[in-house]
Amino acid sequence: MRSDTPTLLGHFERMLLIRGVEDEIARLRTAGDMVGSIHLCSGQEAVYVGAVAALDLSRDAVFPTYRGHGWALACGVPPEALFAEILGRVTGINGGRGGSAYFTAPRYGMYGENSIVGAGAPIAAGAALAAAFDGSGRVAVAAFGDGALNQGAVHEAMNFAAVRGLPVVFVVENNAYSELTPIADMTRNPELFRRASAYGMPGGRVDGNDPDAVARAMETCVRRARGGGGPALLECVTQRIVGHYIGDAQRYRPAGDLDRAVAAEPIGRLAERLTAEGVAAGELDAIRSRVADRVRAASRLALDSPPADPATALEHLYA
Amino acid sequence: MPDLTLLPAGAAGTAIETKRLSYAEAVNHALRRALRERPETLLFGEDVAKPGGVFGVTKGLHREFGDRVFDTPISESAILGGAVGAAMFGRRPIAEIMWIDFSLVALDQLVNQAPNVRYVSRGAVTAPITVRTQAGNGPGACAQHSQNLEAFFAHVPGLRVGMPSTAQDAYDMLLSAVWCDDPVVVIENRTLYHGAKSDVRLGGEVGPIGGARVRRGGSDVTVVTWGAVQNLVLDAAEELAAEGVEAEVLDLRWLNPLDLTAVQEAVARTRRLAVVHEAHTFGGFGAEVVSLVAESGLDLLAPPVRIGAAPARIPSAVSLVPGVLPTRAKIADGLRRLVRGETVRDAGVLR
Ligand SMILES: Cc1ncc(C[n+]2csc(CCOP(=O)(O)OP(=O)(O)O)c2C)c(N)n1
Ligand SMILES: [Mg+2]
Repeated sequence: MRSDTPTLLGHFERMLLIRGVEDEIARLRTAGDMVGSIHLCSGQEAVYVGAVAALDLSRDAVFPTYRGHGWALACGVPPEALFAEILGRVTGINGGRGGSAYFTAPRYGMYGENSIVGAGAPIAAGAALAAAFDGSGRVAVAAFGDGALNQGAVHEAMNFAAVRGLPVVFVVENNAYSELTPIADMTRNPELFRRASAYGMPGGRVDGNDPDAVARAMETCVRRARGGGGPALLECVTQRIVGHYIGDAQRYRPAGDLDRAVAAEPIGRLAERLTAEGVAAGELDAIRSRVADRVRAASRLALDSPPADPATALEHLYA
Repeated sequence: MPDLTLLPAGAAGTAIETKRLSYAEAVNHALRRALRERPETLLFGEDVAKPGGVFGVTKGLHREFGDRVFDTPISESAILGGAVGAAMFGRRPIAEIMWIDFSLVALDQLVNQAPNVRYVSRGAVTAPITVRTQAGNGPGACAQHSQNLEAFFAHVPGLRVGMPSTAQDAYDMLLSAVWCDDPVVVIENRTLYHGAKSDVRLGGEVGPIGGARVRRGGSDVTVVTWGAVQNLVLDAAEELAAEGVEAEVLDLRWLNPLDLTAVQEAVARTRRLAVVHEAHTFGGFGAEVVSLVAESGLDLLAPPVRIGAAPARIPSAVSLVPGVLPTRAKIADGLRRLVRGETVRDAGVLR
């Protein structure tokens, strides 16, 4: 079954928003308005938009990584709050405490980036554990990269979720690199979804550059988990079309690798599909300019807001 | 024919020379020398080999030493446990943990494993590993990439802990660590890696671990410090000098072994003690230094002062950080009040 055109147009707009925000963040970081290490998700938007489309954010909980801007925006975090957070402004989603790599937006079902590789997976299992007692029907999503699958915490989380039959979906964003090191130097079996069977849970692989395919695969996992069927692992094959962090020269990428990733990136691909389905070029352009306006306005709003106040830095440590 | 006068006695071909190096380059030189002179050394960690390290510190070493320098999966327990096991069987691993915060996912290997090897076997087996890592806050870094955890490691008997703050120390202390037959944690600081270059004497004899250094002379107050925050301390000392107060700055360099004699001698000279570290004040290593001085029975002119981070997680926003971490102004103010005899209790400590 393929999704209808309005659904795909929604995916298109949300992916464009993520890309537009990331491009603006790259500009602000390069200009020096933002500081520190920032990990963009450009090229991987279909994973976030597709996966979130299968969730019920009024009760589900997503646990992404430092590469989490796309997850946040897909969950509905306003771009101005995201910009402000990375700029360290009072109006940031965490008032500047989290920054690019460690903010949390629980109101939106986005329960926090994590800058410790793999650490979100056991926490997601815990959110699912709570669901087993609170009757909410919550499904927890643990999202992490291909490299995180070599971290002990992830294996403990998968086995824990499997043995307790917890409603967790482990979403692997397989972008073929862990920082500067290719997946071939990390693991012998590049079919990461096969690890699921070792824990007695279903695992599958999907084209992570097709939001529709991700959404449908995710729906299967979520329905199963919500119905008491336990966890599953969904490997989304994608590529980043930017560095691991802003400023990464990507010399470790072999010739042609980046060009191939750019050619396969999800936004252009979906635009082609929509065009083939008869959507007029003008309609796509209207979406593009609407998103660009939104990004520009959000960035300006964030830049205009005051920096976080150091006098508040010691608040909220204890109950 | 090389000039033999350049070859130090006993060193396998490393010429004594002085080069202008950054801190990162000094670490690179130390690693290259260790890999050349000690064939039993291995160097491994995440992104250290082909990419040359996320900070470029290990550049060129994989090319020169091949399989003895390799990239690992993101598996800190395997990195540290693997280092312990290889060391028990004659290798001398130098393992990199990219950020000290990541050591926490594998702390078992550093606390329950490495220091027990020699002790329980009564020396029959040893684990001479060197763990290189880096700590501290940098602009925009989040709470999980900003911590100073040296007190964690210094609390563990059997682990040696050093924190180099100059390029020369980055070179010397790392070599001393590799040559040492104990497990050693060397905590570098990424904000120092690519700073100004300085003269680094290369190729000399590798000294034993330990030993503090006076970085600045002064007769009014002794400031014991370590790590990158030392540069703020030196700036604060200059500020005070303009006001007629001379601070002596003692760089501890090694927390274990601790050069208590140097601390006692310095404090005996000035009779005033301040300890400054970037780590949290409460339960920090500064408390150990102050206690040891108190137990020494030295006659002080004023109660000692600790200046460190206030109790909070480390926020990302650059504007929030001075609300938590020590700053040059906070250090200068603390020293001023110490010399004036005012109580300097850091309100943040006990919150
Ligand atoms: C425990 C831990 N080890 C190492 C790191 C440093 N690090 C940050 S991102 C990263 C690569 C992660 O790769 P992957 O899981 O594939 O995610 P990607 O960045 O590709 O999205 C590493 C090694 C970390 N943050 N935490
Ligand atoms: Mg990856």
